[in-house]
Amino acid sequence: MLATSPAFKANAIDAMADPGLQKALARTRPQNPAKRAAAVAALPEFEQLRDIGRDIKNHTLAHLDFYLEAWEAKVVESGGHVHWASSADDARDAVLKICQKAGARTVTKGKSMVSEELAINDHLEKHGIVPIETDLGEYILQIRNEAPSHIIGPAFHLNREDWEDTFRKVHTHLPADRVFAERADIQNEARVLLRDKFLAADVGITGANFLIAETGSSVIVTNEGNGDLTQTLPRVHIVLATIEKVVPTLEDATSLLRLLARSATGQDFSVYTTFSTGGRRAGDLDGPEEYHVVIVDNGRSAMIGTEFQDMLRCIRCAACMNHCPVYQTVGGHAYGWVYPGPMGSVLTPGLIGVDKAGNLPNASTFCGKCESVCPVKIPLPSLMRHWREREFERHLSPASTRTNLALWAWVARRPGLYRLATRVAAKGLALMAGKKNRFSSLPFAGGWTAGRDLPAPEGDTFFARYAAQQRDAA
Amino acid sequence: MNQIASRPRVALFVTCLVDLHRPTVGFAAIELLKQAGCDVEVPRAQTCCGQPAYNSGDRATTAAMARDFIEAFQGYDYVVVPSGSCGGMLRSHMPHLFDDDPNTRAKAEILAGKTYELISFLTDIRGMKSVGAAYAGKATYHDSCAGLRELGIKAQPRDLLKSVAGLTMVEMKEPEICCGFGGTFCVKYPEISTRMVSDKTADIAATGADTLLAGDMGCLLNMAGRLSREGSAIKVRHVAEVLAGMASVPAIGESKV
Repeated sequence: MLATSPAFKANAIDAMADPGLQKALARTRPQNPAKRAAAVAALPEFEQLRDIGRDIKNHTLAHLDFYLEAWEAKVVESGGHVHWASSADDARDAVLKICQKAGARTVTKGKSMVSEELAINDHLEKHGIVPIETDLGEYILQIRNEAPSHIIGPAFHLNREDWEDTFRKVHTHLPADRVFAERADIQNEARVLLRDKFLAADVGITGANFLIAETGSSVIVTNEGNGDLTQTLPRVHIVLATIEKVVPTLEDATSLLRLLARSATGQDFSVYTTFSTGGRRAGDLDGPEEYHVVIVDNGRSAMIGTEFQDMLRCIRCAACMNHCPVYQTVGGHAYGWVYPGPMGSVLTPGLIGVDKAGNLPNASTFCGKCESVCPVKIPLPSLMRHWREREFERHLSPASTRTNLALWAWVARRPGLYRLATRVAAKGLALMAGKKNRFSSLPFAGGWTAGRDLPAPEGDTFFARYAAQQRDAA
Repeated sequence: MNQIASRPRVALFVTCLVDLHRPTVGFAAIELLKQAGCDVEVPRAQTCCGQPAYNSGDRATTAAMARDFIEAFQGYDYVVVPSGSCGGMLRSHMPHLFDDDPNTRAKAEILAGKTYELISFLTDIRGMKSVGAAYAGKATYHDSCAGLRELGIKAQPRDLLKSVAGLTMVEMKEPEICCGFGGTFCVKYPEISTRMVSDKTADIAATGADTLLAGDMGCLLNMAGRLSREGSAIKVRHVAEVLAGMASVPAIGESKV
């Protein structure tokens, strides 16, 4: 996926001027936080669970090599195959080879953000294999040729009329004058259409919310059941997962599952939580003949041992973006790559480079709401600040910013000079503002005054007035 | 803390925005601290806590400014600051600038341990329950992000405001949502910031309040600037001005008559 993150600012301005997007954001904005809050309030030990979740992930990341090897051994023991992919290219090739070996013509897909990161669909199509997204949100995005705007609600940016329009335009085999009386009618149309695709697919690709070292299992959570049909019906099941998805035990996975749905959608548990261990065994009624896991690094291991390691705790619940006032203002596409919102603002620079994604960690007010709702307590604002430090070290921040900062700091470190300079500024601005007591425009402050007035200082500085007061008292 | 005299020596960190923009808040802080039984001093060598450099990724400059700061504020029982954001910088962030320098880190830890945001200090540390001030009006209180999330300031200002004669308080629908100031954010991404502050001012206006209060000058300047741009008559003040009975000066950005 080509990153448009360098154009974040322009993307954001377009997004704020997009009535459809703004309508969709206005609809979803209050819903998710309220649902999460209710779920958290109903679980007294939720805060303790966050500590437990953080600790499970930290422990695993500290011994990642050990748990990955243990997990691999268990997968092999249960008859599965593990394909290690250090880069996106390796991962794409591994998936393609498995599909080609299976003689696949069509491939069904469950929702998987790593598959977006790897742009698997493009790669398969290029080689004559037809991928079919089966998550309802992903399905409509595929037929609209759009990217997800949210990691768990990929089509959150669409409104009901977009769904109806798109289905009418694309599903031309159905009567043009059919009525979508309610949302269920839209869902049913997709359900019927996808049913045949599920049955015809040669390979099913899913992501994984967790990989369990103790058992060699992969876990997916869905609300539509599409993941189960994707991984159970075709002859071959490919799990696409990144290395930080591994957890030591089944118990650990269930602890994290207790956090995941509550943080994501406010559900106690997703409608479907599915554990897959190997392929079909003798006597099993269903299941794929082959079970493969393509385990992907693609930049993650380089974050281990750095200040960004904490980011690898992320369980992709989307609570951070659901609560982020910036995300809720500009939507997910403005971020310009696969992962939007606060988690994306930390992860994306790690995966595609801070030179390309430098806007993202800067586009935060550091309000801290994301960190306060993160189920595994990732200090997202601190990590964004670390990216700003990397930018500063590499001279990627704008020259004007650096000059202004240096000049300001030079003065601020000389209190006598600083007093004089601030006094001149405060008195001068107060005088200029006069009785109006504010500026509606001011040279060098256009960024501020384009959308708001600049209140004028009271007059003399605190220190000048305080010194005068002290003199009078003496 | 036992060794602290019954009248603690408190150093006021004025903050750069109060110094430059709103000296009344500094005098209000001194007044409130005196009411709370403190001897107040204003260290002369102070300028800024270094947040602009810190949040711009300039760690070296931040650390240099932090060393100056630690030096300027040594030897007091407490350091009190009328800002949640500067308070958060001193309490939560400054020590970590010196993770590789144990001596300075220890000094920064000591400073962090005795630093408090003004309202939190008055209530949580000095046990202040009421003030003698009066203010005729209906006010709503915005929870500034750093004060709320880094320092746990939520009930304290509301508790004290309850004791202000003539003042009624009314809550916004979402008082905890960021106003879009974010330090340099508001000038780096002015369009997004403006949209965020517009959402905030809509919430403020919907309360029917005639006064907006908060504990951080940055947020206050942002919200006051947007409200006046929208032609709103809502007065914007730092909470300390009202608590100290110093609300006779024009509100932030309010025309002088």
